[in-house]
Amino acid sequence: MRHRMTALGRPRNRRSALLGAAVAALLLLGGPAAAASAVEQPAASTTAALTAAAPAPRAAAASAPRAAAVEASAILLALRTGPVATDENSPKTDFSFVGNIKYNDRPLEGVVIKISGNGFESQTKTDAKGHWVLYVPKKADYTLTVDEATLPKGVIVKGESASQKVSFGLTGMKVVNLFLGEGVRKTESFAAQFLSRAVQGVNFGLLLGLASMGAALIYGTTRLANFAHAEMVTWGGLVAFIATGMWNLPLWLGLVMAVVAGGALGLGMDAGLWRPLRRKGLSTVQVMIVSIGLSLALRYLFQFFIGGGTTQLPGASPEPFHLGPISLSYIDVISMVVSLVAILGVAYFLTRTRVGKATRAISDNPQLAAASGINVDRVIRIVWILAGVLAATSGILWAYFRPGVKWDMGVQMLLLIFSAMTLGGLGTAFGALVGSIIIGIAIEVSTLWIPSDLKYASALIVLIVILLVRPQGLLGRRERLG
Amino acid sequence: MDWGGILSNTAVYIISPVTIAYALAATGLAVHFGYGGLLNFGMAAFMALGGYGYAISVLSFGLPWWLGMIIGLAAGALFALVLGIPTLRLRGDYLAIATIAAAEIVRLLLLTQVFEQWTGGSAGLAGYHAGFRGANPFPTGTYGFGPWTFNQNELWERVFGLLLLALSILLVWALMRSPWGRVLKGIREDEDAVRALGKNVFAYKMQSLVLGGVIGAAGGIVFILPSAAVPGSYSTSLTFFLWTILLLGGAATIFGPTLGTVIFWVVFAFLGNLLPDLAGAGLLPFSTSQAAQIRFVLVGVALMLLVIFRPQGILGDKREMTFVK
Repeated sequence: MRHRMTALGRPRNRRSALLGAAVAALLLLGGPAAAASAVEQPAASTTAALTAAAPAPRAAAASAPRAAAVEASAILLALRTGPVATDENSPKTDFSFVGNIKYNDRPLEGVVIKISGNGFESQTKTDAKGHWVLYVPKKADYTLTVDEATLPKGVIVKGESASQKVSFGLTGMKVVNLFLGEGVRKTESFAAQFLSRAVQGVNFGLLLGLASMGAALIYGTTRLANFAHAEMVTWGGLVAFIATGMWNLPLWLGLVMAVVAGGALGLGMDAGLWRPLRRKGLSTVQVMIVSIGLSLALRYLFQFFIGGGTTQLPGASPEPFHLGPISLSYIDVISMVVSLVAILGVAYFLTRTRVGKATRAISDNPQLAAASGINVDRVIRIVWILAGVLAATSGILWAYFRPGVKWDMGVQMLLLIFSAMTLGGLGTAFGALVGSIIIGIAIEVSTLWIPSDLKYASALIVLIVILLVRPQGLLGRRERLG
Repeated sequence: MDWGGILSNTAVYIISPVTIAYALAATGLAVHFGYGGLLNFGMAAFMALGGYGYAISVLSFGLPWWLGMIIGLAAGALFALVLGIPTLRLRGDYLAIATIAAAEIVRLLLLTQVFEQWTGGSAGLAGYHAGFRGANPFPTGTYGFGPWTFNQNELWERVFGLLLLALSILLVWALMRSPWGRVLKGIREDEDAVRALGKNVFAYKMQSLVLGGVIGAAGGIVFILPSAAVPGSYSTSLTFFLWTILLLGGAATIFGPTLGTVIFWVVFAFLGNLLPDLAGAGLLPFSTSQAAQIRFVLVGVALMLLVIFRPQGILGDKREMTFVK
């Protein structure tokens, strides 16, 4: 998710990785000449495709700081032809891992590469062209390790460590991409990694909390599980992008416009859709399905206007600085401060102002609140505006955190919003905040144990477990059970 | 403007594996929501498990195609059990959120690199067709006429899918007019009343979830018969399309899901062919790729309008379509 680590080889796009492998496989037919010409293609796409095939470094913070700045200069191609250095002890089999090690476009000779796994061990050296082949007895998973002592001084394999798990695809030959970068291998202690992840988790949890609190307020006052909240989040990032990227307005103006537009969207949705539906007396489930329809319509409308790509807001992904083991950028700090201020503002609103108290009264018992003279429609309208503002703010921060504005960026967050709401207790704003922070930390910290492409699943599993053991949520009440 | 091409590309969708697959899944969803009142928003996962269960059985374990399909259906049933135990006690909107989350977990598990050896990761699975096509009773040749011209494999996929659909519809029809179906509809209308009659509401809901899930898994199998299983297909949008289809045709009807599917796909394919052509001819003020997005917007709008103005759908009876309060 943190794009600034992409230089370290995040698997952003596996399909293009396969494409890269396919290109490499095609080159086999062309022999060394064709392959050599491909190496000379400095096209970004080739690099990107191969970069994408590298395994996920689980804790990118563990790698050397300067490595990120170095361009992925080691491009690797499959070569079966030509002389290859093989360990005499291991017989040629039908299954092999192959690769080609280069640094700054020069092949590296004599780099030792070891493989182990399934009771098998072998090693080889790269030849003068930087090629290497390792034959293995069967199609299974192995651990591949580069002996970094045999690399030039100050050069290491990018990623968490010099070892990686390798496995075969559909064929008996697998191209293993190794990316080198300048840097010094330093390993961080588990506690340091944990701390670093946890801080990022809090950062994400806070921005998630902004959206969840709004959704929880809406749920509390109207009993609507609002699927279109995803689009309210996207809307914030989208307006900021349109103002700064398309109309070239200054950043502060774009952000103000995004937040105002968020409130306007909330107001417009309530006045144009939700209030008439409340008048019409639709059941909560019907209104929920209407919100799904609205979510679909708005999402594809966004795609209609900005297309399917990802675009960056101004100043995205600055160089991080370091506080002990924690690596943060000033945007992360601003994001956390903005979230905290907004959350404190909501807390003040809910506990100290008349409208806020009325909001909580309606959440508790709408009939009683109406009977005691609270203008329910007016309060709900204010809640929608507030939720729109919070969602737009969350969307801007989310656009910097991911980073990038994309038509479906809100949808990526929607189930996390629901998880956070359910975890805290549907309909309580502070419950949603607590739930968000727990979800945020769980997602980031879980990457220490599980692959990063499953980290969102961890949050959803938390959701289902909570529903199993405490359906009313952490701060909810029993009556909310069906 | 190539009207002949547009109309013939549209006509293909009246009977195509994807239409049949959607009709099956929508029928399963009718058992869940239309008859049982269960807000299942995880239908995409049932389809995914059906399809992957079949493909993985054939590819990784070398099982015959029919056994693979049975395993696919069993995977749907198993998922229904696992999903039902924690979620069926929950109220409507909780159930919706829990099922959609479960479906996303399934999709992420199919997408991850961890199980790539079996699932193929984001590239998905292909090349499991040999057994199924080997069992094709139709000799090699060209069948049909006009836009419905198929080779023997395409014909076999469609005939097989239609057989499954007919079987499912027959099963649902028979069950829903049985005492079991009346109890299920009673649960939809008033759960507490049925409980007061001494029925085990949880068991009935679970049976409904399993039955609908198996039909949905059958849809998932038909879905991947023509080409490949790709995890990208099983996003939440798939589930939402199925809901649109179900509410279009009529949730608590026997033929509503199938009718809804045919209408949905004909309109969807028609717009998908017409709008880019219009944009290409300069008749619409946007690009052809933008024109392709419009129909998705229209699906969302259609879903909203249906729920607001005609929640019982085309074939439904308003008295029978009480949304859970």
